[in-house]
Formats: sequence, structure tokens, C-alpha cells
Amino acid sequence: MSRLALREEGFECGDPAAPWYRTVHIRGGVLGFRVRESGKQPFEIQLTMTSRMADDPGLAIEARGLTKRYGDRAAVDGVDFRIERGEFFGFLGPNGAGKSTTMRMIYRATPVDDGVLRVLGHEAIPQSDRAIKSRLGVVPQEYNLDERMTAREILEVFSRFYGLRGEARRTRIAELLEFAELEDRQASPVAELSGGLKRRVQIARGLLGDPDVLVLDEPTTGLDPRARRALWDKLIALGERGTTIVLTTHYMDEAEKLCDRLVVMDEGKIVAEGTPAGLIADNVPPQVLEIVVPEAAERRRLHEHFGPVALARVELADRLLFYGADGEALLRRLFELRDGTDARVRSANLEDVFLSLTGHGLS
Amino acid sequence: MRLPGDIDLRMAFAVFMRNATDYRRTWWLNILPNFFEPVLYLLGLGIGLGYYMREGLEGKDFIAWLAPGLMASAAMNGASFETTYNMFVRMTFAKLYDAYLATPAQIQDIAFGELLWAIVRAMMYGVVFLIVVSVMSLFGTSIVTSPWALLLPVMLALIGAMFALIGQLYTSCIRVIDLYSFYYTLWLTPLFLFSGIFYPVDRFAHGEEIAWFTPLYHAVRVCRGLSHGEVTTSMWGSVVWMAVVSLVLLRVVPWRLRRRFFR
Ligand SMILES: Nc1ncnc2c1ncn2[C@@H]1O[C@H](COP(=O)(O)OP(=O)(O)OP(=O)(O)O)[C@@H](O)[C@H]1O
Ligand SMILES: [Mg+2]
Repeated sequence: MSRLALREEGFECGDPAAPWYRTVHIRGGVLGFRVRESGKQPFEIQLTMTSRMADDPGLAIEARGLTKRYGDRAAVDGVDFRIERGEFFGFLGPNGAGKSTTMRMIYRATPVDDGVLRVLGHEAIPQSDRAIKSRLGVVPQEYNLDERMTAREILEVFSRFYGLRGEARRTRIAELLEFAELEDRQASPVAELSGGLKRRVQIARGLLGDPDVLVLDEPTTGLDPRARRALWDKLIALGERGTTIVLTTHYMDEAEKLCDRLVVMDEGKIVAEGTPAGLIADNVPPQVLEIVVPEAAERRRLHEHFGPVALARVELADRLLFYGADGEALLRRLFELRDGTDARVRSANLEDVFLSLTGHGLS
Repeated sequence: MRLPGDIDLRMAFAVFMRNATDYRRTWWLNILPNFFEPVLYLLGLGIGLGYYMREGLEGKDFIAWLAPGLMASAAMNGASFETTYNMFVRMTFAKLYDAYLATPAQIQDIAFGELLWAIVRAMMYGVVFLIVVSVMSLFGTSIVTSPWALLLPVMLALIGAMFALIGQLYTSCIRVIDLYSFYYTLWLTPLFLFSGIFYPVDRFAHGEEIAWFTPLYHAVRVCRGLSHGEVTTSMWGSVVWMAVVSLVLLRVVPWRLRRRFFR
């Protein structure tokens, strides 16, 4: 809590140079503290952290048993997750896993069929839609920009939804054009922009209301590696400013690079949850020997040969993956049988986690 | 500011302004056909056909009898086009409603903003026509003869609102754009031909009774009454009829749209 905020509450914080003076830095500004006067001299206050209850102001989003059905199929099937303020949180999963449906429930485009969803302290019910949406920024999976308008016109049009006007509106739009590096192209119709630039227009539009939470549904799908990296830098910069970021992706490298924590979804369910490193450590041995073997007979021979030397194994079309604690040992075992021109050793990554949990690949 | 039905006027205005921004780009492409279509009808039928109808209709010159109905239909067309094809394209192809809905705006605000814009479009059509016939009246072709005509712009807005809402209702129910051919050929065209624009509705048996249930009949009656200063109780009845239908649709349309978008 900042000195300023305490002053507003009627407390004087005293001299920052005093020996008893402490600043409390909390990531993303968790406000779940009780402030109490101790009565001691010199003036002193106690901060007591409140427990993480359902309406914990430190939580950005909380879901319990969240469910959405289409017909009798559950697109999202009883998922639980908690996203803290200031966190960079990912949803990783293949096509049809239910990522977009979950995002749509968060940004109130889809009703919740079952379970509880709280966004920024509001229960996700129609009466609180406006309140939730006014603190949320949304970058949907599909491009939905006015193709004939320019980036600047789009920002001008959408700024009205957030009550921006006059000078505040001009500065906000100028800031966002700068942040999204769109200044050079602000006067071109969106139809003439590349996919990466269109995404940036969408992100700038999503940021107009200075949101507490930014929800991005597959923001980098369809972008080339350079545009993806450029977008990552923008998102990292936003995260550093304290914005809570929730994103979905098919890309493991993206999730590993960006997310503080993530959940892995498959067929409407969350199959794992944790930090990228923690997920890998918990679910798969650290090293992988990957061999390309088109012939089925050869694959069987390899399976037999490796036996218990491999702690885990996965067969993926023409690829065989053998997992172990020591990559070199795996490679040596292979050389006992044949050469290794079609093999490579690497560290386990989130894709391996995904494979081990679901038995099938991402995307 | 909130209107009944939880309509946030600021959000509605934002939607209105996006349409106005878009329109600014092509207004000259749009305004010319707006102007020509009813004027061509007026010249072709009013002066052309009217020449053979020297005794006029119901004690008026044919052109004077015809013009107010064309004004009503001009407003109908302006509003209808906006909430049929244009709204459908914004809603489905451009996915603009999804973008709006991701802001604090709710579907009822969006529908209301689109309605306000459609009213403006209807008035552009109707008022341009009103100006043309008023000028003609100054030069001897007496069409608009009463000071009651000052109320016509307000009535054109009401007519526009009613037809915009009817169009929104249809749009909220269809999934493919091709279905508008039915709306135009089996709904708007018959209204145009049988609502008493070109000849009195009682030309056909039970014409009046049937026409009473259709919207353009009332619109024509109001425009004609105000243009000629024949302000009757039944004309005010038509105003009430249009207002009631509009108010009902103002509630029904957001409900339909919500069912479509919030699923
Ligand atoms: N409007 C809808 N009507 C019917 N079924 C739907 C609808 N939206 C989504 N679904 C179904 O719900 C399931 C989850 O879809 P969702 O779009 O959430 O997946 P996703 O994880 O975002 O996939 P992708 O990576 O392809 O974007 C899919 O089986 C999909 O077919
Ligand atoms: Mg998706």
C-alpha cells in the first residue's frame, strides 16, 4: 500500500528515513490488508493480511466448477482456477479445448451454465456485466476491426465507450498509438495492415479503458516469428506495469516465456496447473530422446530395446520420444542398437507435459 | 444516462458515432440515390401519370395527393436499409457487435445506437424530399399547403424509428443475408403498393380494415394529413399506433438480440 493511499485513509506515514519506516511492495498491488493503529509511539501502524476468501481483492479472477454446455456437450467442464492480480496467466490447449469459451465467459460474452465465476470481485451475472467489462480489456481470437477505418479512427470510436473525451481522450489515444508502435500507420485503413499490426490495433483498442485485466485469446496465432516476438515484448511491458494478463495459446514456447502460471486444458477440463518449470518438473523426466522412425517394425524394435531404460515414452505418428533423467544415457542405449542420425536429445518442455497428460499432441 | 430497459445513452451514442464516422466517408455516394429515388417517382407518376388524371384524387391534384405518401416511403426505405443489410453486415461479417460487446456496452445500448442512426438516415431521405416538395409548392405546384407541415420532420423520425425497429426485429431473426429478398419483395414492396400512396386503400374490398394493421398505411396517413392540414382524430390515432408499435419493439428487439449474442 502506498503512502498516498494510507494518507487518504487518514493515516500519516511519517518520515521515510525513520528506522521503523517500511514500504510494502506487493506484486500487482494486493490490497487485502487491514490497517490498524497500534497506539505505540512513535506513530506506527500494523498491516494484517486478510485471508484469501472468495472476495479476496487480491484475486483478479476465480472460477470454481465453471461449466458451459453447448447442447449436451460441455465445452468447459467444471474447471477451477485462481488468477491473482498482476499475474501473467496462461491457458494452454489444443483446438476445441475450451480456451475461448472460458475467455468468453470471463469477458461476459457467454453465460455461465454452472459453477461460480468471479471477476475483479464481481459475481459473473448479468447485473454486474457492465461493472466487470469496464475494468477489462479484451483482444478476441478473431479480428473484428472496422476494415475501412484507420487505427486512429477505431480508437476514437471506441474511446467513447470508456467515457474518454477532450484532452484525456487525445492523450490516451496518442499514448496507445505510441505503445503499439502504430504511429506510422495510424492513418492507413486497417484493411491495408498486416496481421501483426491488426493485432496491435486490437490490443490498443483493448487498452483504451486502462483495464485491470487484459484478456487475450490466441493473440499470436497466425503471426510470423518476428511479429510474435514483438508482441511478446509489448505484453511483457504491460505485465511489468502491473496489468493482470490472461492469455490463451497453442504455443508452448510462448507459454513458457510469458506466463507466471498456466493451466493446461484438454476437452473442456484442466489437466494440469502450475508454473512452466514446475509443470515440467512434476510431470515428465527432464531429458528426452526424440527419434524419427517411419517404419512400424523399427518402432517396435526400439520400444523393446529401450525397455525400462526409458522412464516414460510417447509415440507420435512417426516420432518416438523416450524420457529419462540422463539424455546421454538414452543416446548411449540407442547407439548399442544402431546409429543416431535421426535422433536428438533435448530438455523436456511443456509439449512433453501435454503429451504425458493427454496422450496426444497440441494442435 | 440510462433510459428504461437499461439503455445507456453514452454507449448508444458511441455506436451512433461509429456509423456517422463511417458514413462521412461515403456520404455523397449515399445521399444522391436518397434524393433521386422519391423525386423520380414524384416526377414520373405525379407529373407524368397525373396529366391523365385531371380531376385529381379526393379533391386534390394527383401530384399533391401522391407526394406525402412518397415522403413516408422515403423515410421507410432509409430506415429499412440501415437496419437490414447494413446492420447485418456490421453484426456478422464485420463482427462489430462482438467488439462493442467487449466494451462496457450491452446489446440494448448497441441496438438503440443503431436505431438512432437509422432515424437520422430516414430523416435524410424524408426531409430532403420534404424540401423538394416545399420548394415546388412555392413555385405553384401546391403540395405542402399547411403550417402543420412543420411537424413533418418529427413524424418522419417516428416513421423512421418504427421501420428501423421492424428491420432490427427481422435482422435479429435471420442467419443468412439472402433472406432479405423476402423482406423486400414480400413485405416492403407490398406495403409500398397497397398502403394508399398511389390510390386510396379502399380500392380493394376490406382494404381499409387490412391496411389498418400495417405500418406504412399509418405513416402515409400522418404525412398526408399534416401536408394538407387535414388534421383529424384518426390521423392522431395513426400517430399513436406507430408510437405503440415502436415502444413494444424497443423492448422486443434487445431481447431477441441478446438471445442471439449471449450464448
Ligand atoms: N457457439 C458455439 N456453439 C456450439 N459449440 C460451440 C460454440 N462455441 C464453441 N463450441 C464448442 O465448444 C468447444 C470448445 O471450443 P473453444 O472455442 O472454446 O475451443 P478453443 O480451446 O478456443 O479452441 P481453438 O484453439 O480452436 O480456438 C468446441 O468443441 C467447440 O466446437
Ligand atoms: Mg479459441
